[in-house]
Amino acid sequence: MAGLRLEGVRTRVLRPIDLELAAGELVFVSGPSGSGKSLLLRAVADLDPHEGEVWLDGTARSSLPAPQWRRRVGLLPAESHWWGDKVSDHFPGALGKRWTPSPFLPGSSEGGAGGSVRDDSAPTHSISAPAANRDSEAAPPSDLLTLFEWLGFGREVLDWSVARLSTGERQRLALARLLANGPEALLLDEATANLDPPNRERAEAIIENYRSERRAPVLWVSHDPDQRRRLGGRRLVISDGLLVPES
Amino acid sequence: MSLIILSPWDLALASSLVLLLAFMSWRLHLGVERRVLIAAARSTVQLTLLGLVLKVLFTQTSLPLIGLLALVMLLVAGWEVMARQERRYRGVWGMGIGTLSMFLSSFSVTLLALFVIIGVEPWYQPQYLIPLLGMLLGNTMSGIAIALDNLTRNAWEARGRIEARLLLGADWDDAIADIRRDALRSGLIPIVNAMATAGIVSLPGMMTGQILAGSPPMEAAKYQLMIMFLISAGTGLGSVAAVWIGSRRLFDDRERLRLDRLVPART
Repeated sequence: MAGLRLEGVRTRVLRPIDLELAAGELVFVSGPSGSGKSLLLRAVADLDPHEGEVWLDGTARSSLPAPQWRRRVGLLPAESHWWGDKVSDHFPGALGKRWTPSPFLPGSSEGGAGGSVRDDSAPTHSISAPAANRDSEAAPPSDLLTLFEWLGFGREVLDWSVARLSTGERQRLALARLLANGPEALLLDEATANLDPPNRERAEAIIENYRSERRAPVLWVSHDPDQRRRLGGRRLVISDGLLVPES
Repeated sequence: MSLIILSPWDLALASSLVLLLAFMSWRLHLGVERRVLIAAARSTVQLTLLGLVLKVLFTQTSLPLIGLLALVMLLVAGWEVMARQERRYRGVWGMGIGTLSMFLSSFSVTLLALFVIIGVEPWYQPQYLIPLLGMLLGNTMSGIAIALDNLTRNAWEARGRIEARLLLGADWDDAIADIRRDALRSGLIPIVNAMATAGIVSLPGMMTGQILAGSPPMEAAKYQLMIMFLISAGTGLGSVAAVWIGSRRLFDDRERLRLDRLVPART
């Protein structure tokens, strides 16, 4: 039961915000660009100086070291950034006990953990000559592979060069990178904005799965009204520096 | 062999070459003639003054006066480090980081040389102290200026990458580790290159000076070697200190990247 509670969080452009998300609750935030949605998420993740306090699962943010807080409250920025050359540089280890994606695949019949993901919408350079047999390195953990599979990638994605990723691939891999870190709450900033419909569905399904399996509260900035309606959850909008229910 | 005294006329002859350079710059529209002339004028005034000051100091050997001169040299070097930054730290840090690092490295290495290596009696004998300190300050100043400039510029450009690592739970140390490494390396490269080519491509200034003044070449080479080792230690130490303090200053107590602590230099 890890709820997220904002108390008097005040950024440069917003008036102080009080907001409470129950464990596993989904809350959408929308508003015109420049209204401070991203700044709000950055404030919750403690990335910018600001006033206010945030509680996760009854633990005050100020009582935790900042890196630990950010690991537990995972922010997915609208634009992803990559510091290493290869995708694998950004996935240091297994998901471990933190979370194992449940064994059904989005957009397919149940139980098919196999090939149904590698459809036409998969990236063009993803399916190449089988490299598995000459791969002498230790195999990536299976839960990480499941996560990749969910998002439409094969295991070879780990060897890809970051510079060659498309915008959509970056966005999906950034989501994988964040979930692989096992955060207890999710702050999503336009998590699916650059994805085509099949991939958007995949991303939505995996976020929904994570939310229900881990009981993680999700604060989601989305400018897509269809998405906000489709996924349900509470809908809030920023107007005049205030966070109010969407009409 | 004894020193041939230069007359003002000799110097005027040499300075005409600088005037020629400025003229060339003007004709070829290089746009640096003003800076060439100002720099030449500055060095004329500064070196003449230093000569006069040292003349007095050498006859007095007074510790407070020598300390005062060393302080002035340090502060000017600190100012110079700040002036070479494209993005400098706000407030007292702008000059403070460079000055403190140079103080830590140059002064400690100079004292080590005076006490342990050369064994000057008294240790503040200005004939040794001032030139040693000057050479160390001059070189650490370049190294620190390059390293700090590299650090702040790259951190500015890599904001997204640094924050991406912070967001995944890295502490500030990890998030900026590669940028810090690059900055340190860039600060050390000039002195490493200088050591590698010394004696083959370039005849270092100090050795040249000693030979001109009539020292046996082998003695001059030994002094030059010692100086090179001291300079590389001083530059390394100073760059490490500056980059460490500087990179820490880019983050606050909640380990947020605070690029607002930098201001672009007024140009």
